[in-house]
Amino acid sequence: MTTDVAARAMRAPTVWRRLLAGHAAPVATVVLLILFVWYLAAIALNAPRVQDQWKLSGASGTTGDLIAATWSMERPVLPTPTQIGAELYKTVFVEPVTSKRSLVYHASVTASSTLVGFALGSLLGVLLAVGIVHIRTLDRSLMPWIIASQTIPILAIAPMIIVVLGNIGFTGLLPKSIISMYLCFFPIAIGMVKGLRSPDPLQLDLMRSYSAVRHQVFWKLRWPASVPFLFASLKVAIAISLVGAIVGELPTGAQAGLGARLLTGSYYGQTVQIWAALVMAAVLGASLVYLVALIERIVLGRMGMRR
Amino acid sequence: MARKASLKVVSGQERTADESAIEICDLSLIFATADAPIIALSNIDLSIKRGEFVSLIGPSGCGKTTLMRVIADLEHQTEGAITVNGVSPQEARLARAYGYVFQAPALFAWRNVLRNVTLPLEIMGMAREERLRRAAKYLEMVGLNGFERKFPWQLSGGMQQRVSIARALSFEPQMLLMDEPFGALDEITRDHLNEHLIRLWEQTRKTVVFVTHSISEAVFLSTKIVVMSPRPGRIMEVIESNLPAKRTLDIRETPDFLAVAQRVREALRAGHSYDD
Repeated sequence: MTTDVAARAMRAPTVWRRLLAGHAAPVATVVLLILFVWYLAAIALNAPRVQDQWKLSGASGTTGDLIAATWSMERPVLPTPTQIGAELYKTVFVEPVTSKRSLVYHASVTASSTLVGFALGSLLGVLLAVGIVHIRTLDRSLMPWIIASQTIPILAIAPMIIVVLGNIGFTGLLPKSIISMYLCFFPIAIGMVKGLRSPDPLQLDLMRSYSAVRHQVFWKLRWPASVPFLFASLKVAIAISLVGAIVGELPTGAQAGLGARLLTGSYYGQTVQIWAALVMAAVLGASLVYLVALIERIVLGRMGMRR
Repeated sequence: MARKASLKVVSGQERTADESAIEICDLSLIFATADAPIIALSNIDLSIKRGEFVSLIGPSGCGKTTLMRVIADLEHQTEGAITVNGVSPQEARLARAYGYVFQAPALFAWRNVLRNVTLPLEIMGMAREERLRRAAKYLEMVGLNGFERKFPWQLSGGMQQRVSIARALSFEPQMLLMDEPFGALDEITRDHLNEHLIRLWEQTRKTVVFVTHSISEAVFLSTKIVVMSPRPGRIMEVIESNLPAKRTLDIRETPDFLAVAQRVREALRAGHSYDD
């Protein structure tokens, strides 16, 4: 009996401690805190509008009624997580995927231009890095331009890219991908320059002692040595590639894509729709980064570099 | 026909006996730096015969490694002449005349032990079966058979350095250049690898140039010890050691060994002052 109680007393804190030691408890605490603040903020931000409406229609109600009303407005200043969740459920699971009201459809449109832009940007970034590492003139001349290119606000240059490409007959996916590429080649170029220069001098001397020619030094030493750097850059690049695709959807008149969804939402004051599209974009971004991380684990594992 | 063949053999033997592996004449190397030029090597004269085991010993900054790098065509002299196997260091390098073992193993982290050893063979375009045969042979020689599939980070420092030795041997160069290969290892491992190395040299009789800080290591391994001194890097003395060719670690207790070690120590002291 006594031992049983003692055992239970021992066990209880261990379970609690284990929860605290893992990720679950801290993450749950933060989520609860955010939700709590969110609902409070929804009351504070939406209440004036509800009161205005009540004044116009001559209605009135208790504080409880007021809170309920602020949490269920059709076009709130700040929608509640419940409303956003309901909108997400409707647009992801209820609407058919082919429908223009389906978020899955819009997400897939954005994802395809993200992926094309990411592929183009990766290729451009790697090629630039290879050039910079191997050709002295490029090292000196190219880097300032690469850095300068990133100081131009993408919002300013995106419409111009769309218009120019539209004039020479490119519409739809390609212009958006070009904007994605414009953003995402940068971290890849920077990361790969560092990666391709990462072999230590002894390893380079070793290759010289074998009289290895340039392409052998590249494929057998520089390229494999740069793979961890490549994946670090790819994870950054795919996230900003998504940003590029969404920004690219804004000035196109926006027929489809998460950017279009954001734009129409803001035209018609559909804040719930905007928030749902934002959540979808976040989920899409997280999945893409996770996917790259997964490929990284597999590739580095095969190369014997995972420890 | 038979006479012709025997003649050929004789002349071949004569050539190996006569020909020197490395011939250095009045060689200097000056590094231009921002403030003052550094004289890394000054008026070096050295002659190394085929099959000799030569140690370069001296304090840090005496140019041992630089001299080795000049031999390997990783550095170029400012003045003087050098031939390796009768040709310029560059031609010797292009002919893959030497295997270089660095202070650090410099293994490729993404290649397992086997593929690290076959790296130079791949670069030289050797067929796959031959690569595997060579790798097996030399991994056996350094006592690492069974570790083919391991990656460098799974091995101890001593084992990694043995892999790098197998890698240098794999393409069967006439000459081994070893730059403090055991410098980073503990003394027990070092003794063990020294014994290994001297066995290897007895078997293959390759020309070895060996850089070290350790007097006992130099005397134990070498047929010739080159004592160097810093600022400017120069040769103080060349000591021929006539210790028996068959050596075990016990030899380090014999009077002959201690006498040679004493000569090396005196030469080092003569060239080294702590004042500057």
